[in-house]
Amino acid sequence: MPMAIPMPATPTAPTRSPLPPAITASGLSKSYGDKVVLDGIDLHVPEGTVFALLGPNGAGKTTTVQILSTLISANAGQVRIAGHDLTHEVDAVRAVIGVTGQFAALDNLLTAHENLMLMADLLHLRRHEGRRRAAELLHRFELSEAAKKPVSTFSGGMRRKLDLAMTLVGKPRIIFLDEPTTGLDPRSRRTMWEIIRGLVTDDGVTIFLTTQYLEEADQLADRIAVLDQGRLVAEGTADELKRLVPGGHIRLRFGDPRAFDAAAALFASATRDSEDLALRIPADGSIGTLRAVLDSLDGAQLRAEALTVHTPDLDDVFLTLTARTRPGAGANSRKESVR
Amino acid sequence: MSSLSYAAGDSLTMLRRNLKHALRYPSMTVTVVAMPLVMLLLFNYVFGGALGSGISGAPTGGGSYIDYVAPGIILMAATSGALSTAISVCSDMTEGIVNRFRTMSISRASFLTGHVVGSVIQTLISIALVLGVALLMGFRPTATPVEWLATIGVLTLLILALTWLAAAMGLIAKNVETAGNLPMPLTFLPFLGSAIVPPESMPAGLRWFAEYQPFTPVIETLRGLLMGTEIGNNWLIALAWCLGLTLTGYLWARTAFTRNTKC
Repeated sequence: MPMAIPMPATPTAPTRSPLPPAITASGLSKSYGDKVVLDGIDLHVPEGTVFALLGPNGAGKTTTVQILSTLISANAGQVRIAGHDLTHEVDAVRAVIGVTGQFAALDNLLTAHENLMLMADLLHLRRHEGRRRAAELLHRFELSEAAKKPVSTFSGGMRRKLDLAMTLVGKPRIIFLDEPTTGLDPRSRRTMWEIIRGLVTDDGVTIFLTTQYLEEADQLADRIAVLDQGRLVAEGTADELKRLVPGGHIRLRFGDPRAFDAAAALFASATRDSEDLALRIPADGSIGTLRAVLDSLDGAQLRAEALTVHTPDLDDVFLTLTARTRPGAGANSRKESVR
Repeated sequence: MSSLSYAAGDSLTMLRRNLKHALRYPSMTVTVVAMPLVMLLLFNYVFGGALGSGISGAPTGGGSYIDYVAPGIILMAATSGALSTAISVCSDMTEGIVNRFRTMSISRASFLTGHVVGSVIQTLISIALVLGVALLMGFRPTATPVEWLATIGVLTLLILALTWLAAAMGLIAKNVETAGNLPMPLTFLPFLGSAIVPPESMPAGLRWFAEYQPFTPVIETLRGLLMGTEIGNNWLIALAWCLGLTLTGYLWARTAFTRNTKC
């Protein structure tokens, strides 16, 4: 698999002493004319963690990345990247960050190797050091065979890998990934996820990623912020966010109506689904609750045919949180997801 | 390393990148060279007979029309190079890699400098080719080695001016098609000067324009250096135009690039 070769450079000691923040932002705002794109957002990303900015299309995710990566300037707000002020120490910020945008930032007319060497030259690496780095990254991302081919012949997955490899030539401490897997097939997406995880665990890099895929945020991120119409509507770990919405329950299905009725009498809070002979018992998904349910069943000597535990997933969270501002379509999708 | 040598190094890296592009995908370069070559053949063999006898009284230096028209066509090769600069800058700007450059700690101007220097080199090569063909066709310049050097100098200055202007046009163009159209007036301008026929043969209004537009003093300077015709103060006017246009193009391009960054 892709991440067999560990990166040699791991400058941060593994000691988990109080980590300095990699990114802090307060009151970040941006508008184009009358259109407010970012309406005062605050961010705090500790070093060595993965932070996911989740939001629908047009929420302001890309704008946020563009501001944090020095591409555009904000109208208001304070930002510090690795301790450097974004407005006054742009070069210091640029020296520690790497950006892989939504659209592959490659030179299509050059080969993969030449693209990496271009980065090495612009980073003022020595010739042999540049070559070594390029070979190492090509190997790491399984692109060695395609190294001498022009990038224009690459598949979407290969382009995205090379894009990230180019970002890594400079060994950035903080990497911005703007929708890193949008448009990739499931296999390439998983490969990207492996690579991103490897960057954090092997190299101690801080990752700031945007995505519209809830699964991606759930898979990768230590903390997730939900951005909607330029505002952060929620922030926390995936579990914390899931707890924000109700809907967790244990579903018990029975083989015969007698057992179904007896069990229904046992759990007062349950809702009955007589057609399927199933009960839905509100539950937080913890093992204690599950055990209590099973114990009650055992006590009454009732046998359930099937038991499933339903925890609200990020889809529920996402749709609930982003529905408030859009009553029409949002409310409908919310119902869909609960069903 | 100092920041100046970093800037030079970054520009050199960008130049290498652009030259690689040109070598690997020569279709653009071929078009750029082909256009003035076609013009040369067209004006000498098709129109040459009629035009040559029409302007026989004009100071052509030698006797044949090719001696009059070749310096003008050489100038067209320079404008045709500008066209390719605008297109290559614009198409490069649509690539994501420019945004990557912008998030890196590299010299801001290096991207543009790389493009401009690359284009100047390409255009000089294409001019050498046009000159070679003109010589084969019977163009007989009378220039001394010093005059040849001065010719190269004047041409380089002109190309630099046109290329910076074209780079700015490539930056402000919304798409590659527009970028290809914006410098069109530049490629057309030599016709309205003394490139093909002397302005004296033109109607009054056009003649006034032809005499005062920037290309005419440049063509007259080239003609004087190569063929020994009267230069007068044309060289001074040509120099002023070239330097002025270079400065305008450079400032315009730099502003356009920075504005793009802040979008």
